[in-house]
Amino acid sequence: MISTYRRRKLANMLMLSLLGAAALVAVVPLIAVAAYVVLEGAGAINLDFFTQLPSPAGEAGGGMGNAVVGTLELVAIASALATPTGVMAGIYLAQQGRGTRLGPLVRLLSDVLNGVPTIVVGLFVYGLLVLTTGSFSALAGGVALGVIMLPVIARTTEEAVLQVPSSVREAALALGLPEWRATLRVVLPTARSGILTGVILGVARISGETAPLLFTAFGNSFWSLDPTKPIASLPVQIYNFATGPYESWHRQAWGAALVLMTMVLALNLAARWLSRSR
Amino acid sequence: MARELRTGMLPPRVRRASINWGDRAFHGITTGFALLIAALVALLVLELATESVPALSRFGPGFLASTSWNPVTGEFGALPFIYGTLATSALALALAWPIGVGAAAFLTELAPRFVRSILGTMVEMLAAVPSVVYGLWGVFVLVPLLRERVEPWLIERLGVLPVFSGPPFGLGVFAAGLLLAVMILPTLASVSREAMSAVPRGQREALLALGATRWEVIRAVVLAQARSGLVAATVLALGRALGETMATVMVIGNSPSINVSIFAPASTMASVIANDFNEATGLQKAVLLELGLILLVVSLAVNTAARLMAARSTR
Repeated sequence: MISTYRRRKLANMLMLSLLGAAALVAVVPLIAVAAYVVLEGAGAINLDFFTQLPSPAGEAGGGMGNAVVGTLELVAIASALATPTGVMAGIYLAQQGRGTRLGPLVRLLSDVLNGVPTIVVGLFVYGLLVLTTGSFSALAGGVALGVIMLPVIARTTEEAVLQVPSSVREAALALGLPEWRATLRVVLPTARSGILTGVILGVARISGETAPLLFTAFGNSFWSLDPTKPIASLPVQIYNFATGPYESWHRQAWGAALVLMTMVLALNLAARWLSRSR
Repeated sequence: MARELRTGMLPPRVRRASINWGDRAFHGITTGFALLIAALVALLVLELATESVPALSRFGPGFLASTSWNPVTGEFGALPFIYGTLATSALALALAWPIGVGAAAFLTELAPRFVRSILGTMVEMLAAVPSVVYGLWGVFVLVPLLRERVEPWLIERLGVLPVFSGPPFGLGVFAAGLLLAVMILPTLASVSREAMSAVPRGQREALLALGATRWEVIRAVVLAQARSGLVAATVLALGRALGETMATVMVIGNSPSINVSIFAPASTMASVIANDFNEATGLQKAVLLELGLILLVVSLAVNTAARLMAARSTR
């Protein structure tokens, strides 16, 4: 009897420490990646990094100003396309779609779209916009990122709208507002911080995406803001520089990774803070 | 019961009777945007299917079983890439599963509140790191470490097994599998955590009251009750691993070959598209689009299955 008891206690101790070890091992990669990115990247960050063009192959100096601006433009195009679309679809899922057959289907497809490999989205937009217009473009890159962002915004909007207390809606309706005005003037403002969280999460998700940009925005070694022309972006620049042969390129790639990771982690923490303070 | 007040802003019968043109227009507009999401999924399949017609008609179903890859003679087969995709994903799942599920069990069952919030946030931040940053870290930190230390060590001790044989390249299936394991870890951990938190508290307490140890409670109640959620987590993680591109293309070595050794370079469906598409022309482009189509169809199936399972497990 005693031996069974001791065996159970030992098994308990052993398994609980294994579970604790698993949790510790799970955070090691984050620390390892973050430490290297900070250590290797910090040296490459200076004013030139944000204001200069990349220097010619193999030469030291230069920056990634065009890629920083390009990433901002791509994210802006994607947000401008995906935010209104996603919010409207989210309203549908939370309100009209309830109790219908279409609602759950759209919700499922939205989740499925969220899981489509982003490189496939890149191929899709390549066929849709690059082949038809005959050129890589910032617009095509923005559309590809927008497709990836759309389900994130739709689902978070749905959740935010569902969290609005029904007394708030009913009060608005009781005052004689038609449903559409009650939704736009009362429900949406109440759900604002939830929707904002969704947009921030969406931006965080797409700003580091590389694969969908390879065949759409392509890349550009010069300054460009023209949405009909190829445009540089930080993730694609990291890929090109990291796989290139020059030491100076590798340093710049680490610098770009530091900028990108800081941005994405800050956006994620902001979204967490925003959803917790609600 | 589903059709009552909270199903919309108004009961359906009232809604249908509404003659407010603004409401009708508004319903039409939101429905339109919802349909846009459905249309996008359909359009994705349609577009890739049309673009890959030259490859589909040329090679037929034999494409899936052929190992040839010769852009000069125009002979293409998908098998090496299917192999690479499955090998890296399987390796990633095998490495990440015990860690992800173990971490989830620790966080839901054992960790004090502040540890839970710190470790939980850190695990979720793993998902936020862009995949190209993992790739960069893989190229300059992981691959040299594997080539100079880990792989020689494994080959020396376990080299008799074919999977651990061959020269230590660094770049290859092993490196890609390791990076993918890190990248699917947050999916595994967070979906498992959700399933475990949904297990009713009373069941744990009942078993504890009978004198069970904490581990016995976790095994007999938490893991058992959350089983379908754990399956959903596994399938979702698999879906992520199958389509992951940038980290893989940077460390897998990009070679359309099938080797028994996990240290050998290979290619996945996603990585060959990323690597070759911009230089490809004509038939090769159609072939890469067909690989994209296969990837899309597989990911649609895997994700649909996972979502349906997850929905059932938390209900």
